[in-house]
Amino acid sequence: CPENEMIRVIRSARTQGEERGVIQRECAAIRAQFRQADSGGRSHNLAKLLYVHMLGYPAHFGQMECVRMIASPRYSEKRIGYLGAMMLLDEKQDASLLITNSIKNDLSHSSQYIQSLALCTLACMGSAEMCRDLAPEIERLLKASNSYIKKKAALCAVHIVRKIPELGELFTPSAHSLLSDKNHGVLHGAVVLITELCERNPGNLDEFRKAVPELVQIMKGLVTSGYSPEHNVAGISDPFLQVRVLRLLRILGRNNDEASDAMNDLLAQVATNTDSSKTAGSAVLYETVLTIMDIKSESGLRVLAVNILGRFLLNNDRNIRYISMTSLQKIVQTDHTAVQRHRGTIVDCLKDQDASVKRRALELSLALVSAANIRSMMKELLRFLSTCPPELRSHATSGIFNAAERYAPSQRWHIDTILHVLITAGGDVRDETVPNLIQLISVASELHCYTVHKLYRALISDISQQSLVQVACWCIGEYGDLLLKGDCDEIEPMQVTEDDVLDVLETILQSHMSSPTSRGFALTAIMKLSTRITNNIDRIRSVVSIYGSCIDVELQQRAVEYNALFKKYDHMRYLIMSSHTIILGIPMSKSTGFKLHSVVEGWSPQDILSVIMYKHTYTQSNFVVICVVPTILHSRYG
Amino acid sequence: MMRFMLLFSRQGKLRLQKWYTATAERDKKKMVRELMQVVLARKPKMCSFLEWRDLKIVYKRYASLYFCCAVEEQDNELITLEVIHRFVELLDKYFGSVCELDIIFNFEKAYFILDEFLMGGEIQDTSKKGVLKAIEQADLLQEEDESPRSVLEEMGLA
Repeated sequence: CPENEMIRVIRSARTQGEERGVIQRECAAIRAQFRQADSGGRSHNLAKLLYVHMLGYPAHFGQMECVRMIASPRYSEKRIGYLGAMMLLDEKQDASLLITNSIKNDLSHSSQYIQSLALCTLACMGSAEMCRDLAPEIERLLKASNSYIKKKAALCAVHIVRKIPELGELFTPSAHSLLSDKNHGVLHGAVVLITELCERNPGNLDEFRKAVPELVQIMKGLVTSGYSPEHNVAGISDPFLQVRVLRLLRILGRNNDEASDAMNDLLAQVATNTDSSKTAGSAVLYETVLTIMDIKSESGLRVLAVNILGRFLLNNDRNIRYISMTSLQKIVQTDHTAVQRHRGTIVDCLKDQDASVKRRALELSLALVSAANIRSMMKELLRFLSTCPPELRSHATSGIFNAAERYAPSQRWHIDTILHVLITAGGDVRDETVPNLIQLISVASELHCYTVHKLYRALISDISQQSLVQVACWCIGEYGDLLLKGDCDEIEPMQVTEDDVLDVLETILQSHMSSPTSRGFALTAIMKLSTRITNNIDRIRSVVSIYGSCIDVELQQRAVEYNALFKKYDHMRYLIMSSHTIILGIPMSKSTGFKLHSVVEGWSPQDILSVIMYKHTYTQSNFVVICVVPTILHSRYG
Repeated sequence: MMRFMLLFSRQGKLRLQKWYTATAERDKKKMVRELMQVVLARKPKMCSFLEWRDLKIVYKRYASLYFCCAVEEQDNELITLEVIHRFVELLDKYFGSVCELDIIFNFEKAYFILDEFLMGGEIQDTSKKGVLKAIEQADLLQEEDESPRSVLEEMGLA
C-alpha cells in the first residue's frame, strides 16, 4: 500500500538532509491531496502524514483532514481519522472542538466498532468542555449496552471524572451496579471507575464501602477458581483485575475498622495462597502487601506482609528485590521492628550490581541504624562507601555523618568515623557539613592531637578533596601547636616541622584544584599559626602580604585584614588568632579551668566587640568571652 | 494510570508513542529525548524500574525494541511489566512472530491494537482472546469498507 512505499523511500535516505528532502516532497504531495476531495486514497494520505509526524516533523496541516475523516461514513476513514485526532489534536487546539459533534453522533452509531472509536478518542484527548457535553451519553452507555461498549464507557467515565471531578456524581449510581457484571473487562473498568470516584471525592467512600463484600467475593472467585484459559497468566487468574480490586480495597479499608475487618480474611488468603514464582503472582502479592500495610489490619497480618517483603528480598529477580525495598522504605518508620528482622538481607543488597537497588538499600540501611547496631552497621556502610557509585556518594557521606552523630557509642569512635569518611570520600562530602564537622572535632578536646595528626597525614598525600582540605586546614590552624610537638598517643610519631606545615598550606593556597573556600581556610590557618609557631613568622608575614593583591576578592580581603593585624594591630593578633577563651578585664587567675590568654586593660568596648566579631567571622574557632568590664554583657560565641 | 507509552529502537528511533494526558508537542519531544537517553544508558542486568521526574518508569526490551511506560506513584510496577508483556503478546499473535519492521510498516495497526487493549491509560480487556477478536472484527469491517462496490451498492440498493 502507498504508505509502505513512502516509508521505504524515507528509510533508504542515507543522511538526515536527504530524509528531510524526501519528507518535504511527500508532505507537499500530501497537502495537495488534502486539498482535492479525492475519496480513494484519503486514508493512505493521512496515514503517511501520521508516519511523518512520528519521525518528528510538523504535521499540523493535517488536523482539519482528521476532522473531515472522522465525519466520513466509511469505517476505514473514521478509523484513521480518529487515530490522527489522537495523535495530532489535543485539547489545547481549537480544532479538537470541531470533532465533538462527530463523536456525539458516533457514540450512538449502530456499529459498536464505530462507537468504540469515539469512546477511545474521547477518553484519550477529550477536553473538559467535550467531557461536560458528552457525559450524559457516556452515562447512558454505561447502563444500556453490551459488555464490549460498557467496559469502554467505564474507562471513558474515568477520564471524565479526572477532567471534571464534579461530574462523578453522574456515574456513581451506575458504577456500583457494574460490579455484578460477569465480564472481566467490565469488572475491571468498574473497579477503576470506583477507585477514581473515591479518590476524587472522599464523600463517596461511605457509599462504596458497601461494596466491600462484593469485592471480596470477586477476589475469592478469582483466587479459588480453577484454571481459566481466557484469564490465566502464569497460573494466576486475571492478575490485572486482582491488582485493581486489591487497590480499591486499600482505599476503602483505610482508616475504617469495619471495612478493614471485612477484608482481613481475604487478604490473608491471597497472601498465603498466591504463587510468587512468576511476575504475575508477585504483582498480586505486592499489591496485597501494600493493602495490608495501609488499612487497619491485625498485627498478625502485618507481620505476614513484612515477611512477604522479606522473601522478596531473597528473590532472584532483581525487579522484585527493588520493589521489596521500595515497600520496606515506606513502612520502616511505622513497622521498624518488623523491618529490622530483615536488616541482614537489606545490607547484602548494598553489594547489588544495579545502582537503583543499591540506592534503595542505602536508604533502608540508613533508616535501620540504631544505637544497638551502630557499630556493625557503620562497618557495612563504610565498606559500601569504598565501592559506592559516584551518584550516591554525597548522599552516603551525609547519611553516615547523621547516623554517627545520632548514635556514636564513644567520642573516639565518632572522630574516627568522621576521619575515615573525610579521608576516603572527602571529595564527596557536601560543603555544608564542614562547619558541623569542625564543631564536632573541637568539642572532642582529648582527641585534638590525634585528629590533627591524622588529617595532616591525609593532606600531605592528597589535597584534591575539598571538604577534607577545609577541615584539615582548620585543625592545623587551630591545633598546629599539637601537630608540631610531634608525638601523639595513638599514632606512630612523625616529625613535623614548621616549614613542613607551612609548605602544605601554601601548596593548597596555590593549587588550581583548591576551591575559593578551601583557599580561605588555608590562609586563615597560616595566619593562626603565627601565634603558635616561633621561627617562621616572617614567612607567614610574606605569604599574607602577597595575597593582599590576589584576584579572588574574598581571599584578598582576608589577606588585607591579616596584613593589618601584623602591622597596625599586632597587639590584637594573638587574641584573635589564638583559640579558646578571651578573658578581658581581670588579671590572670589560676583557679579557672580555661586557658587564659591575655589581659587587656584600657580597651574601649568597640575594640573588644570588633575583636569578638572578627574572631567569629574569620577564624571559626570556638571561644568563650568573659568580660568583667561592666558595660559589656557575658556572651558565648561558638 | 499510565501517563504514556513509548516504543523505540536501540538507535533511539521512536516507533510508537501514546500519550494519555494532554501534553504540549514541544514538551513531548523533550521528554521523549530525555527518557530515551536514560533508558538506553541502562545496562542489561539492571532492574526494569527507575524513577524519572515525578513518575515511575517501567521498561523492557524485546529484541530490538524498548517498551517504556511511565506510571504514577500509586501504580503497581510489576503489573505494568505484565501489561507490557500482554501488549507484546497481542502484537506477536496479530503479526505472527512480530519484529520491529512490522511495527514500522504497520504502525497504524500497532496503534489500533494498543487502543483496543488500553484506554485512558487503563486496561480495557484483560482477556487476550477478547482483544484479538475485536481487532479481527474491526479489520473485517475495514476490509468490507475498502472493497470495491458495485454501482447498485453505491446507491444503497444492494
